[in-house]
Amino acid sequence: MTEQLLQLLPFAVILLGFYVLASQRLRACVEAVALQGALISCYPLLLHGFEGQALMLSGGALLLKGIVIPLMLLRAMRKLQIEREIESLIGFIPTLVVGVVVAAGAFLFADTLPLALEHHHSLVVPTALATMGCGFLLIITRRKALTQVLGYLVLENGIYIFGALISKVLPAMVEAGVLLDLLVAVFIMGIVLHQIKREFSTLDTQPLTELKE
Amino acid sequence: MTMNLLLTGALLLLVSGVPGLLLSRASGLGERIALLLVAAGTVCGLTGVAGVLRSPVPLLLHLPWSMPGGSLSLSADGVALIFLLPIFIISFCGALYGLGYWKQAEHQRNGRKLRFCYGLLAGSMALVVLAANAVLFIIVWELMALAGYFLITTEDDKEPVRKAGYVYFAATHLGTAALLVMFVLLGQTTGSLDFVKPQSLDGTAPLAGLIFFLALLGFGSKAGFMPLHLWLPGGHGSAPSHVSAILSGVMIKTGIYGIVRVAGFYTAPPAWWGWLLLVIGTISGVMGVAYAIAQHDLKRLLAYHSVENIGIIGIGLGLALIGRSYHLPLLTGLGLAGALLHVINHSLFKSLLFYTAGAVIHATGTQEIDRYGGLIKSMPKTAVLFVGAAVAICGLPPLNGFVSEWLIYLGFFQAVQHSSIGVALSAMFAPALALIGGLAVACFVKVFGITFLGNPRTEAARHGHEAPASMWLSMSLILLFCCLLGLIPWVVQPLLRRAILDWGTELHTAAATFAVARLPWLSIAASVLLLVLLLLFGWLNWQRHRYPQQRGATWGCGYQFATERMQYTASSFADTLVSLFSWGLWPQKHDCKVLGTMPTESHFSSHTPDLVLDRMVLPLSTHIAQACRWLRRQLQQGIIGIYLLYMGLAVAGLLALSSLLGGAQ
Repeated sequence: MTEQLLQLLPFAVILLGFYVLASQRLRACVEAVALQGALISCYPLLLHGFEGQALMLSGGALLLKGIVIPLMLLRAMRKLQIEREIESLIGFIPTLVVGVVVAAGAFLFADTLPLALEHHHSLVVPTALATMGCGFLLIITRRKALTQVLGYLVLENGIYIFGALISKVLPAMVEAGVLLDLLVAVFIMGIVLHQIKREFSTLDTQPLTELKE
Repeated sequence: MTMNLLLTGALLLLVSGVPGLLLSRASGLGERIALLLVAAGTVCGLTGVAGVLRSPVPLLLHLPWSMPGGSLSLSADGVALIFLLPIFIISFCGALYGLGYWKQAEHQRNGRKLRFCYGLLAGSMALVVLAANAVLFIIVWELMALAGYFLITTEDDKEPVRKAGYVYFAATHLGTAALLVMFVLLGQTTGSLDFVKPQSLDGTAPLAGLIFFLALLGFGSKAGFMPLHLWLPGGHGSAPSHVSAILSGVMIKTGIYGIVRVAGFYTAPPAWWGWLLLVIGTISGVMGVAYAIAQHDLKRLLAYHSVENIGIIGIGLGLALIGRSYHLPLLTGLGLAGALLHVINHSLFKSLLFYTAGAVIHATGTQEIDRYGGLIKSMPKTAVLFVGAAVAICGLPPLNGFVSEWLIYLGFFQAVQHSSIGVALSAMFAPALALIGGLAVACFVKVFGITFLGNPRTEAARHGHEAPASMWLSMSLILLFCCLLGLIPWVVQPLLRRAILDWGTELHTAAATFAVARLPWLSIAASVLLLVLLLLFGWLNWQRHRYPQQRGATWGCGYQFATERMQYTASSFADTLVSLFSWGLWPQKHDCKVLGTMPTESHFSSHTPDLVLDRMVLPLSTHIAQACRWLRRQLQQGIIGIYLLYMGLAVAGLLALSSLLGGAQ
């Protein structure tokens, strides 16, 4: 059962990442990120079984990534009245193609990493890398500040998967710190979003180009 | 006790400018306190030097220090003494000279800064020579370099001064970068960052060559060996004269000290070490004096003479290293003694030259030699002092410059007698040393002739005046030292003997060296020469009074209406020699041909930019800066996504690199 889930989960996570890359509707994107967050919160349990630290990690991730942060983002969307990402630096289809290439690269590259023996040929590491790549692509290609926040969340999801693999050796404090960081980061980004909106009357990050030297 | 005296001396020098900072700009009290502190430091330091000389072994001092890898270990051995002596003496003379040359009342803007940094420089130089741990050494070395920078840029309101400062800053930091790597490698060899005993490392080890080369690079850029001399002409030309004197006379010698120290660690070094130094020294010597001849700026000219003299010291050191490679103690002793004595001598006469140059600049307000003329009439004392220093720097008896070059020549004569062709070949550089001496004479004939003889060329030169008492006192003191070392050179024999011994040579080397050098005989010969010269001078003077002669204008050649413009200029006097060396100097002439029987007005000017700095380094760095600006315009788009992409690419690149390297293992 656990094995089968570990085989299936990566595909769901990566497909959700692709969905976010290809979708124009912001609400659907936020929901997809929330679902992805909820799915990856299963990883500690699947990898390490039902025990204290894994339960705590899973619960924290589910609460924050699956519920609290998406709700905050939806509220921000309502207040700022934004619905769609229309402008993108690169088109949606090319972004998706690049995303697929990055994911394929992640699967190829993961085998060359100097990993512990039991992690070789597992799907966890490539999934983490591919998700991180998707998040990174989102941040790079999107111009709306809100979508960039989504990209940051997807990137963080990828890191979380990676972290779940080694959570046995990491103290719980570190994990808790990472989750707290995430929450605070989204808070700050929310505030920055408001400021950008008020200053430039748009959420487009293009005017920030003026700040260059 | 002795170590404490030396340390107290160094610290007194270090803080000598601090009280002045607390006093008002207009107050002249600060400069007197600074002079007093420097004098006290010098007395402590010289007493300490005498104490070390009396003690049979090098003195060590270890203090606890929390710096990782560092320890506050100081050591005073014979090699250090040679360098400490000029540091203390010239620091004092410079402070005394500065009292008249850079009065606080006249230089309210930068007088306090100048004295603060002067103290820092003097104290840190003493600590550089005493330091026996790499971390401590680098710290005081950098302190010295920074103090030097602020001294060069004393008049930082002037654009050329700031530029000279930048060049110095870049050069000194490139040198320090090489030194850091060198000390790390040295630390790997010995297992500790403390300095080891002389002759305790194997010169044939694979890292030894690299370490020596890096030391030559790092210390050589401070000392001013020829391709690395970029900062000297501008730096010495821009600083106030007594600062130029201490920079040129003493600070660049810390570079020599470093090379002597590091080379001394090794036993039986490969022969190329000595050969490299010999070749670099010869290039610096010949090209340095050739550049000096081509200069029109008095202080730049003197700066190029520093390059020349560093070259002579390099030749001596090269001989010493060749002697060590081939196990010829006599060659080692003579080369080292010549080089180290030249360190002391050069610090004396070069300081005196800069001081007299300062007195001339003080009186006329310009550094251009072509604006002087006839100054011997208004500044006879300065003229005598200048002649003394010029004779010394040209290596002519009976003054001190001759003694050190004599030792190096004796080294060459030792080398030529040797059966091994490798050693005998090194004597081929003896003519180069002679050439350097000859060109130096030509150069100083030019400087003295254009500056002090003939008729005044400008109004300022007509109204020259003697320097104030403090400047004059300090210059006379140094000339006295120059004469003493020239007439009774055996007084420094114990010092040199100790240095040769502490460089790790065999016990009998020093005795054998001085048996060959015969310094007492030299002393007698010099005295006889001086006597003959005085008699000749007296006789000529007497003759002149007996048969009064008609006196016309200088260079008048019988023509009645000679003007001051009908004299040799610095450019025309040097033209023959400059064109002989045009393959290396690339002089530029902007002249108009004089055509027809009634030619119209025409202009001529010539100048000689530095080959390395003005023709290679500056154009190259301009191009690099342009390329970097273009690249920055391409990279800086201001789009956050692009910046993130850079980061992503960098991380991906590093990952790929690490997996590739991991695959290789």
